[in-house]
Amino acid sequence: MTSATEQQLDDREEAEPVHAPAPAEPDAFDQDRLPAPKNAQALLLRSLLRPHSRLVWLASVLLLVQQAAVQAGPLLVAYAIDNAIPQMREGRHGALIAVACGYLGCGVAAGALQRAFIRVAALISQDVLIELRARMFRHAQSLSLDFHERYTSGRLIARATSDVESIRELLTDGLEELIGVVLSVVYISVLLIFLDWRLGLVTLVSYVPLYVAIRRFQGRSMLAYRRRSTAIAAVIVKFTETMNGIRPVKAFRREQPNDTSFAELNHRHYRANGDAILEMARYVVTSRLIANIAVAGIVVWGAYRVAGGGMALGVLAAFVLYLRRLYDPIDRLGMFLNSYQSAAASLEKIAGLLAQTPTVPAPEHPVALPPTAQGHPGREVVFDRVRFGYRTGGEVLPPFDLRLPAGQTLAVVGATGAGKSTLAKLLARFYDPTGGRVLLDGVPLVDLSPADLRRGVVMVTQEAFLFSGTVADNIAIGRPDATREEVEAAARAIGAHDFITALPDGYDTDVRKRGGRISAGQRQLVAFARALLADPGVLILDEATSSLDIPGERAVQFAMQTVLTGRTAVIIAHRLSTVAIADRVLVMRDGRIVEDGTPADLIAGDGHYAQLDAAWREGLA
Amino acid sequence: MPATTPDPAPAARSRSSIRSLLRLWPYVRPIRARLGASAVVGVVASSMGLLIPLVLKWLVDGPVTDQDPSGVWLGGGLVLLLGLLEAGLFGLRRWLVARPLAGVEASMRSDLYQRLQRLPVSFHDRWASGQLLSRATMDLQILRMFLAFPLVFLFVNATTMLIGFGILLAQSPLLTLVLLGPAVPLVVLSMRFETRYALAARRAQDQAGDLATLVEESVLGVRIIKAFGRHRTQSQAFHQQARDLRGTELHKARLLSDLWAIIMTLPELAIGVALVVGVLQVSDGKLSTGTLVAFLTTALALRWPVESIGFLLAMSNEAATAADRYFEPMTMQGAEASEAADGKDAEDLTADLTADPAAVRPGGDGLRMAGVGFRYPDAPAGSAPVLTGVDLHIRSGETMALVGATGCGKTTLTALVPRLHEPTSGRITLDGADTAAMPVARLRELVAVAFEEPTLFSATVRENVAMGAGPSGADEAAVLRALEIAQCGFVHALPQGLDTQVGEQGLSLSGGQRQRLALARAVVGRPQFLILDDPLSALDVHTEALVEAALRDVLRETTALVVAHRPSTVALADRVALLSQGRVSAVGTHQELLRDNTEYRRLMSGLDTAVEPLERSDAR
Repeated sequence: MTSATEQQLDDREEAEPVHAPAPAEPDAFDQDRLPAPKNAQALLLRSLLRPHSRLVWLASVLLLVQQAAVQAGPLLVAYAIDNAIPQMREGRHGALIAVACGYLGCGVAAGALQRAFIRVAALISQDVLIELRARMFRHAQSLSLDFHERYTSGRLIARATSDVESIRELLTDGLEELIGVVLSVVYISVLLIFLDWRLGLVTLVSYVPLYVAIRRFQGRSMLAYRRRSTAIAAVIVKFTETMNGIRPVKAFRREQPNDTSFAELNHRHYRANGDAILEMARYVVTSRLIANIAVAGIVVWGAYRVAGGGMALGVLAAFVLYLRRLYDPIDRLGMFLNSYQSAAASLEKIAGLLAQTPTVPAPEHPVALPPTAQGHPGREVVFDRVRFGYRTGGEVLPPFDLRLPAGQTLAVVGATGAGKSTLAKLLARFYDPTGGRVLLDGVPLVDLSPADLRRGVVMVTQEAFLFSGTVADNIAIGRPDATREEVEAAARAIGAHDFITALPDGYDTDVRKRGGRISAGQRQLVAFARALLADPGVLILDEATSSLDIPGERAVQFAMQTVLTGRTAVIIAHRLSTVAIADRVLVMRDGRIVEDGTPADLIAGDGHYAQLDAAWREGLA
Repeated sequence: MPATTPDPAPAARSRSSIRSLLRLWPYVRPIRARLGASAVVGVVASSMGLLIPLVLKWLVDGPVTDQDPSGVWLGGGLVLLLGLLEAGLFGLRRWLVARPLAGVEASMRSDLYQRLQRLPVSFHDRWASGQLLSRATMDLQILRMFLAFPLVFLFVNATTMLIGFGILLAQSPLLTLVLLGPAVPLVVLSMRFETRYALAARRAQDQAGDLATLVEESVLGVRIIKAFGRHRTQSQAFHQQARDLRGTELHKARLLSDLWAIIMTLPELAIGVALVVGVLQVSDGKLSTGTLVAFLTTALALRWPVESIGFLLAMSNEAATAADRYFEPMTMQGAEASEAADGKDAEDLTADLTADPAAVRPGGDGLRMAGVGFRYPDAPAGSAPVLTGVDLHIRSGETMALVGATGCGKTTLTALVPRLHEPTSGRITLDGADTAAMPVARLRELVAVAFEEPTLFSATVRENVAMGAGPSGADEAAVLRALEIAQCGFVHALPQGLDTQVGEQGLSLSGGQRQRLALARAVVGRPQFLILDDPLSALDVHTEALVEAALRDVLRETTALVVAHRPSTVALADRVALLSQGRVSAVGTHQELLRDNTEYRRLMSGLDTAVEPLERSDAR
């Protein structure tokens, strides 16, 4: 297990898809790099900032003035030494009072402006973050299922959490310091040249090696950090997998092999981590060395000229003070650049995600769903020359026609991969057909507003996911405005009431993350109650009873007979017991409808369904 | 399976931060020399920074005033030397601790992982894996940062401050007093701010976590949200939580802005006053110009050590919390009760196995449960136990089906055999040997399990199957045979056949495919005792029939307990046990029970199902 896992990670690091578990053709999804227009990041950033342009201007002005106030200090020191002291000796106080007022004023202004800037910047960055999060959330929700199936939930969650987090880190912690450092470098350089252009030029010359050092560090640290994040990702995967699969881990005595493989992954991270820290150390030494050499050079030349009378003493003092301010933050610049880089990488990935267009878009001009006939909640479904194939090629459903009169209960049977679920997903508009139309009471599904669509068609799937919250909350997803009585009635109708009331807090029991100790069968009952509460015109059940035991299944069927009266329903099942309540049966094989008729007709024949039925009856005996 | 978030806070608060941090000593001990050396180097390096202003003073008052060029060169050379030393020592300090600290983080993580693997399943039921992961990553990073910065710099900066203020005092006691004025309020204020900030940061972190959970759920449950068109409800919840988070973040920013205002203003004011006083003194001739320059430069150099105390202390507080969080699972009591017997090393265990080969013999007593009761340790007080007194005997070589209503404890009962949970009462014996007295590794070698939820690990198909035979693995023939039994012919059509990666990091397989692989894993080692929890539920009728036919051969050679929901699965078994209200209420063949037992008949045929009369209008 170990060696292969690492092999794969190695491959990823070196980006050589030799043993990568990818399908034969390279796929943008597998490389976690979605196609996006070239300037998608810049456009995204601009669109996020545009609504706040006034605040951005305000923040810029605040920061510019604030830096000016901060950098005035040494200038005042120079003035004090060169002007105030001689004046004082002559008994005049004007210069000293000016210095005192100036220094105090600048000190207070610097603090106050900094305070204002932080608040304004926080307003901007928080709103930008909220907007970014909301956009991703909305976008992920609007993207169709085939995207979700290819992109995987793990990646989507990583985009919405760790990538947003790295942008947040930059916005709230790094960006202002980064800008602050750059601004102070500009200000101080200008001031130094103003104070003494020759010494100022020496300072400017020192920027060249510093720039080289920063660039080198950026390149090397990016590699080191990338290695480290790959290494920690491997550690996290192994860790999570072990903890989530603790039962099989224990049952198959994986503890010691796991220890060994974890130790190897952990050691890899240890090396990469050390490398990254050392890279930082190397940078700090280099930048310090350059800065200190520059300081020594300027001190010598400056002192020499002061001694020769070519420069005022106060100017030298100001220089020394400024140099300290200039070079000190350069150590930290490396850190900010790192967070800037990782944020830029995250923004790129997010921009790629946001550039995906939903393949199942909501209509721009929705057509209203006509009201149903009096007392009949059911609706007519028509598949009109519908065919379906995946974008990557390969036809799943060849063109077919199918009409379900309102109120009919249709069962679809067939082996795994026969296309049953695809048929159901087309009807629920999880996918759009590659050709043809699906009509609900004569209205194409693509023209229905999302709200109308879901009033019309609801699908219950095999995987019964529970959201955190109470059992009642989970049922109420079917209809959020339902009263407690209605929720309980739905649960009762499907036979879930008994187990729910037996839970510690009944309907108010928190299901915790992913279902807690509610068994798979019980989760399916909750999902049923949810669908019942939604009261749709067409109900699709895709393997919705697979985890129920026979009495549970029977109870559901019994309930269904009442519930489905007048409603249109499509039931998909492996097991024939589930389809007993159907008016009509479709048998599918390889994407084609091979048998179609009432259960009685089909059993009387000698087709696939008759054989299945015979086998099933045998099993019951 | 993931559950409550145990709140570490009460424990953390009652214990002082220092005591929490002292718990790190066993990990710090091996690197104490390097850590100490780095602190000393740090002090020396900082002192270099403090010496430079003194050289400046000498330059200004000596060679510059005396117009002595050679003196300027000497002074400049000294500044250069000190500068080079400072830079070199900075590097040395970081180099000394870089690898050792990464090592501390790594070894703490390894220890945590090993420990967690050996904590009982009931622990993992209560702790969400995310909670454990954040301890293994974020908390450990905080601890490494603590060792790298606050621990060393609290010492270095305090020493630097002492030296610095000593130098200042020697130059001008009056000016030093002026400078010291705001130092104390600065440290106190920034500490108070940092504490409040840490609280807000914690809240922001929790809220960000909640938001992440919401996002995670809305991604995992996207089919349901789409099926019911609940985007708007989800999105309202999202916006509410996002707004809460924004509020907290803005609160944080306000705290931070106040702190910065103080940090920027107070020292500037002090330096401003010192400048005015200094100018007065220089003009009175009480102070040399060089001293004033040196004084101001030194004061500037001391700003950072003073300012940093606050956030270094706050980081230490945070590290103390992280230490508590880390040690919480590390010191969790009631580690697999078996740990006592299990705590030996691998060699001892193998010795055990070879020394005691005859403990379980084929043709022995089989699997026997006597008065087995169980309740979940975290079950609310007063609730009924899951199992109250299970008596069951599976003869050697026999296959017993376990049937019962949904939620009656079938899965729980199967978990007791390999001691994934410990029975609260009664005993389970394998061929007469009490499982409670058996080393866990030995027990789990004897018993193989296929779980209801088939978990595959990120590894190849071959490795996933072979791990069923235990750490020693299984040979190619055994793997192929197991795959054949479980009807896993599909694996040969995978891109790399048996070497295809599956699991989280690999190819995703359908539920039925995963279930068959899990079944192959359970049978690969030809275990003496086999437990199958509804092993065929996700298979279609055709595949199910094929698997059943192949399984019969396996079941003939082993003692098996098979949880069954359907007659077709029951057909695999020699006899059937009916689990009802926490005990085995009937045992017999399928036909016998079908004939004599109403409940069984109901479960297997669904006939006589008592369903409450429906009021359709209620359901709408």
